[in-house]
Amino acid sequence: MNKADSYALKHFALEIRIALLEELKARGFGHIGGSLSVCDLLAVLYGKVMNYRVDDPQWPDRDKLVCSKGHAGPAVYATLALKGFFPMDQLKTLNRPGTNLPSHCDRNKTPGVDCTCGSLGQGTSQAVGIALGDKLKGRPSRTFLVVGDGEIDEGQCWEAAMFTAGKKLTNLVWIVDENKKQLDGPTEEILPQFDLRAKLEAFGFDAVRVKGNDVEALYEALTKQPGDRPIAIVMDNIKGSGVKAVEETASNHSMTVPAETWDSFIAAVKADLEALEKEGV
Amino acid sequence: MKVIYNGSPDTRAFKDVFSVMLPKMLDEDENLIYLDADLMSCLGTAKYGKAHPDRAINCGIAEANMAGIAAGLAIAGFNPICHSFGTFASRRCYDQVFLSGGYSKNNITMIGTDPGVCAAMNGGTHMPFEDVALYRAIPGATVIDVADAAQLENVFPKLVARKGVKYLRVNRKANTLMYEAGSDFEIGKGVVLREGKDITLISAGYTLGCTMKAADALAEKGVSATVIDMFTIKPLDEALVIEWAKKTGAVVVCENHNAVGGLYSAVADCLAANCPTPVGRVAVEESFGEVGPADYLAERFGLTSEHVVSEAEKTIARK
Repeated sequence: MNKADSYALKHFALEIRIALLEELKARGFGHIGGSLSVCDLLAVLYGKVMNYRVDDPQWPDRDKLVCSKGHAGPAVYATLALKGFFPMDQLKTLNRPGTNLPSHCDRNKTPGVDCTCGSLGQGTSQAVGIALGDKLKGRPSRTFLVVGDGEIDEGQCWEAAMFTAGKKLTNLVWIVDENKKQLDGPTEEILPQFDLRAKLEAFGFDAVRVKGNDVEALYEALTKQPGDRPIAIVMDNIKGSGVKAVEETASNHSMTVPAETWDSFIAAVKADLEALEKEGV
Repeated sequence: MKVIYNGSPDTRAFKDVFSVMLPKMLDEDENLIYLDADLMSCLGTAKYGKAHPDRAINCGIAEANMAGIAAGLAIAGFNPICHSFGTFASRRCYDQVFLSGGYSKNNITMIGTDPGVCAAMNGGTHMPFEDVALYRAIPGATVIDVADAAQLENVFPKLVARKGVKYLRVNRKANTLMYEAGSDFEIGKGVVLREGKDITLISAGYTLGCTMKAADALAEKGVSATVIDMFTIKPLDEALVIEWAKKTGAVVVCENHNAVGGLYSAVADCLAANCPTPVGRVAVEESFGEVGPADYLAERFGLTSEHVVSEAEKTIARK
């Protein structure tokens, strides 16, 4: 990847974080930790990897995103709004009565959302079905499945993983957000997961582990041409990544903080953005 | 539609109907797709599945994953049909059918074979007495319990064409013969099998045979009974239930299912809201399944014509 592309993706990731934080600030609370940890991934996917049409969200040949960790919906919405799937103003309706932006992703409500998720584990099998369907219909589409590391406690994930590799669904890319925390605390304390990359490799994937905030490494992993094994990417990540104060908050799955605290989070990301722009390409 | 009931078993097993009907439907509609959880051999579709692995997907023994894959296939433009035994097609994958299917507006047809005592030699672990209750609770779902091969042949394609979550509970072996081949049915419309003035007996599927037998036995005692085949448990034919409750003044429901949440509950709900009427039931009472031949289990759980007769007499006395 050239420097201009790398700069653009880093820039987009910071824009997503700012939009996300503004969105959460408008409601005063929300799933901040797991939303922040997928912002770099979303920037790479929607900035350079995925094929989609903003003016035709249901275009059958598009690439699809299944955010099985549906509580990262606010990050997905920020990304989609920045790309023009719906007006930025709508972000402020998050979780308001009658909103099209519910806490967890809903394909029947939000333009650009490809799959309804939130009951953890269920996105994995749906992603398999979408990828299988696209393959059988002869579409060029790829499906990108984002799974949480806490989510992967759910047995359904492993049923879906076995199917993905066993049936050689190479048009489906698994991305596990190993941000090392779940709702009640560190995954290591709640339910140790051992080596997720090795587990996925053993399930039959071509599995790699990359830094979750390294847009260049993510791009390389996401665009690798698969052989006969589907690709799985374990993102070595930090829950709340990109906002130091959130990263350092022990319980950051969902946070309720006053407006000035949200402003301080936003200011920190804006400072990063300014620094990036100053540094330039 | 022609009723040809004479008490004898159907000449065709449901499994044999599926083995011909499903491949034909899949060949005729490229958007249909069939998924199974390692039980194709039990539905008579293994040969087709082996020859057409892209039309008949074997998901292995992973029903929750199968239901989710079906939902994903629906997103991709397919109309999926899934099969497993009734327990695994309901309890085992319920949340996936509910959320990835119903809530997400993905159309899924689920076939649950060997309902209730029909699970026979597979025993209590495989015996669904609550599948109807679970599927009835899904908003917009359709729940069908078919009586015989002719009814299956006519109703199944109509079920597959409907929107939402659809559940078919069906024996694999033959039930009692009820209808002439080629008979036409409408989902949402029950069938009056015989008319009487003293009581209305309502049943569906496996227990329709003993219900008809009970009507004969009641006739010998001078009690004339109407019998309704309510294969369409949801949507229930409420107009028909109300009409015959009013005409006869008493109703007994006989079902191969737990008394909680099944056909009895549906009928009782309907009558409580529209036309309060004494309603008796012949159903499985607070029991888990167990192993044995279906006729033994029917006796064990009280699903016999003798029980229907006795319940009918008690219910008439409550008028």
